Amino acid sequence: MSSPTSLAEALSGWPPPVLDPAGPFSNSVTTLAWVLIGLMTLIFLGVCAALWVALYGSDALRARLGGERVVRWFGLILPAGVLLLLLAWGLTLVRGLDTIHGDELRMRVSGNLYWWRVSYLDAAGREIHADANELHIPVGRPVVVDMVSEDVIHSFWVPKLGGKMDMIPGRTNRLKLQADKAGRYGGQCAEFCGGAHALMGFVVVAHEAADWQRWMNARLKPAPATDISVEALRGRQLFNEVGCAACHRVAGTDAQGIAGPDLTHVGSRLSLGAGILPNTRATLIGWIGDSQSIKPNNRMPAYRSLKAEELNALASYMESLK
Amino acid sequence: MARRAPALCVALLLTACDGPPDRRPTLGDADAARGRQLVVDKGCVACHALPDVKWPRGRLGPSLEQFGRQSLIAGRLPNQPGVLMQFVRDAPSQIPGTAMPAIPMTDQEARDVVAYLSR
Repeated sequence: MSSPTSLAEALSGWPPPVLDPAGPFSNSVTTLAWVLIGLMTLIFLGVCAALWVALYGSDALRARLGGERVVRWFGLILPAGVLLLLLAWGLTLVRGLDTIHGDELRMRVSGNLYWWRVSYLDAAGREIHADANELHIPVGRPVVVDMVSEDVIHSFWVPKLGGKMDMIPGRTNRLKLQADKAGRYGGQCAEFCGGAHALMGFVVVAHEAADWQRWMNARLKPAPATDISVEALRGRQLFNEVGCAACHRVAGTDAQGIAGPDLTHVGSRLSLGAGILPNTRATLIGWIGDSQSIKPNNRMPAYRSLKAEELNALASYMESLK
Repeated sequence: MARRAPALCVALLLTACDGPPDRRPTLGDADAARGRQLVVDKGCVACHALPDVKWPRGRLGPSLEQFGRQSLIAGRLPNQPGVLMQFVRDAPSQIPGTAMPAIPMTDQEARDVVAYLSR
């Protein structure tokens, strides 16, 4: 992998790294936050000083504090001026956040209860690659992500790479992301969307530009159909028989369901269940057999009727989908 | 020496009651707290409810909340550290046909998990 950052580190660090930017678009947000915190502290200290004067100051000082001039300057002119300046500065600071130059990488992320549909787009906005719960981006290049929702309002947030952006049904919002260093960055749904909202995470993986191009080229080739174990072949057969294919797509096979996450490359995903479990044989079995106990009310039913051998075969097939 | 004598007697008594000498691998420097972290990192929690783990509490496999007090592993094998060490790393070789897959672990990790489960 491009960086030693572990998945667990990227996803479960607490508090979330909100003031630790790793790209230009989160940088400006962080600068704004620090300036506001600084200004707020100054004003708070000023108010404390005025309070001290009001309570313990000499008569002369108190008379000046109570005068109309103080009210005019500190109650009207100063706040209006500070707010106006802040507004102007804030707007220029964040102006770059939604301007699109045309040389950015384009993606689309759709919020779903409780996972993320991820599409890589060409310059014309057509989908060239479908994935889920994981965004792979090149280092140093801005990425414009179209934000849509397929059910309720969600919010897309990678604290280290950018601000939050709501995903509103029927509307397309845009967010720019950029990572200046290769690594894994944890993301999270930041708008309460239902019972399992807290379990709706994702990972952004930033690769060096050449690595990313290699990754993308590999992804654009169809998945190899042969070269899988007997167990995995049995799993592929079961995938269609027990109904997985009704909701999930595996490119190059009969499985073309679109209700659930695209599983064409599920075997190479870092996490399972939208950023909540490591992706291993064990967690695959647990998820397939009873995902409801892991993420209550997600739309995939528990498949407790599957036998041990069938669970293992399906998991083996998932693992083979690199 | 005199002070240790009673302890020694008890030890001798217990040893006398025991069957053949204990050749189970010792848990040595196993750390139950590390084991607690490992069951999350290795994904055991996807199928099992485990002590001190609030989430996830998988239900596909049996709850291991009281596992330390069980006499059998998976209803078949004796619940002894050595057997459990084998089982947590490679369940299919111990009980063919189980849904529990082999879970790659180092010796130390397996010892830690066993220490945690046997608490």
